[in-house]
Amino acid sequence: MSPNQIAQARPPAFLPNWPARFAWLALAAYTVYATSILNVTWDRFVLGLGNGVRFIGRMLPPDTAADKMALMARGLYETVEIAVIASALGILLSLPIGLFAARNLMPPWITWPMRLFIALCRSFHQVIIAILFVKAVGFGALAGILALTVASIGFIAKLFAEAIEEISLKQVEAIRATGASFMNVISYGVMPQVLNRFVGFATYQFDSNLRNSTMVGIVGAGGIGGTMFAAFQKFDYDYLLTILLAIIAMIMVSEALQNWIKKLYQ
Amino acid sequence: MTTAAIDREWRRYTPGQRRARFALYFGLVFAVVVSLRTVQIIPEFLYDAHEQMADLFKRMWPIAWSYYPGGVHDALIETLHIATLGTILAIFMALPLGLLAANNITPNAWLNYFAKLMLVSSRSVNSLVWALLFVAIFGPGALAGTMAIAFRSIGFVGKLFGEALEETRPGPIEALKAAGAPWPSIFIKGYWPQVEPAFWAIALFRWDISVRESAVLGLVGAGGIGMAINAAMDLFQWERVALMLVAIFTVVIAAEVAVTFIRKKII
Repeated sequence: MSPNQIAQARPPAFLPNWPARFAWLALAAYTVYATSILNVTWDRFVLGLGNGVRFIGRMLPPDTAADKMALMARGLYETVEIAVIASALGILLSLPIGLFAARNLMPPWITWPMRLFIALCRSFHQVIIAILFVKAVGFGALAGILALTVASIGFIAKLFAEAIEEISLKQVEAIRATGASFMNVISYGVMPQVLNRFVGFATYQFDSNLRNSTMVGIVGAGGIGGTMFAAFQKFDYDYLLTILLAIIAMIMVSEALQNWIKKLYQ
Repeated sequence: MTTAAIDREWRRYTPGQRRARFALYFGLVFAVVVSLRTVQIIPEFLYDAHEQMADLFKRMWPIAWSYYPGGVHDALIETLHIATLGTILAIFMALPLGLLAANNITPNAWLNYFAKLMLVSSRSVNSLVWALLFVAIFGPGALAGTMAIAFRSIGFVGKLFGEALEETRPGPIEALKAAGAPWPSIFIKGYWPQVEPAFWAIALFRWDISVRESAVLGLVGAGGIGMAINAAMDLFQWERVALMLVAIFTVVIAAEVAVTFIRKKII
């Protein structure tokens, strides 16, 4: 065979992928279409840039008046309280709920209602749940705590149930064979296999709760969010910047703590 | 020979580790107890919570289905557009940052650090805060919501994409380099095939989150169904709020089903 024939026999190394190309084209067409639907025009964008410069100009320097700092400190403290209590409640409730939702340990008549409950907790944004709780228990921290507890259950219980479904059943079998009670099977057969991951979900959820507890105040559910939204509506942008910087600092401290905890459990 | 060597007590953790763990547990319990004792809960509000809840559901029933074509459908579609367009925009802005953050592509510690700092600051600001900022800049409406979703998503997409790039195998890249391929070819034929599954997984996952988040952006005026909810709530039209909640629930579930389906198809 001549080299020419070999080249013909071998398929080209990099074949064009037509379906993928069409998908990219469709995506580009959608982007153009959606941009026109949403009335996103270049003029508005340029106008916005001018506004942005003015906005940033009004934000600087950050407002550090003593009374406002005291108000902010109170708001931040309440935010942390909401996050801590909601995480503690959420973690405590997620343990049994996740356990009952694990399909390899429980019969279907109990896993299905539990899984539906978890899906319901997950499907709404924390702020929307907070709106409902503000109506139920009034303005203040309690509404935020309840809203974030529901959100925590939706996240931790789901992942916890999935973690339990992945465990090795041999150890569970072994504990059962010794005649152990149900609780003993759980605490010696199941928990040692999933505890590490549970700690991981819990720390992640605490971090997420801390971020979201700064937001639930927008609908009146306590924490720094209420102060922040009020500052925004009063065009008090320099105070808004102070609050934003404080929130970012708080989240960075929390991330550092989280890394420390992760290292501790490695 | 003494027995001291074998009598030594074995413990799983070093004293330092034990002390750190004790400090952690103590700190956790302390934080919970202090929070529970000092949090301001007005007990009078709790006495009639069940009545308020019952009242809420009574007001929500019957759900105002007839309001859907006039007041909810367009807002819902706008929400979906905000989520999708915001995510696409975020991916375009996150790709260069992801490339800069990956140490094997940009072997410069300062550039890596700079890109990671940008990604962290994008992630540590909540999408509602981004929405507040963009409402102040672009005025109320869908543009602010799209930008908010985009800027919040950059950190998420960029971080995960950068990590996926760092995990690529160097073999194909070295082969392409040895063949004298220029840099764009190395990226498209060497890196891209390796990170493509991760890329689509990240994009779909982020789109799913964006759909959930874009539903609330309207509460601060950034367009979508949240604005309709806010208006209905301010007028105490709870049967309309119930309709919108059902609509959001349906869309979120549909998005999740769609993401699961597409993931199975292309990954």
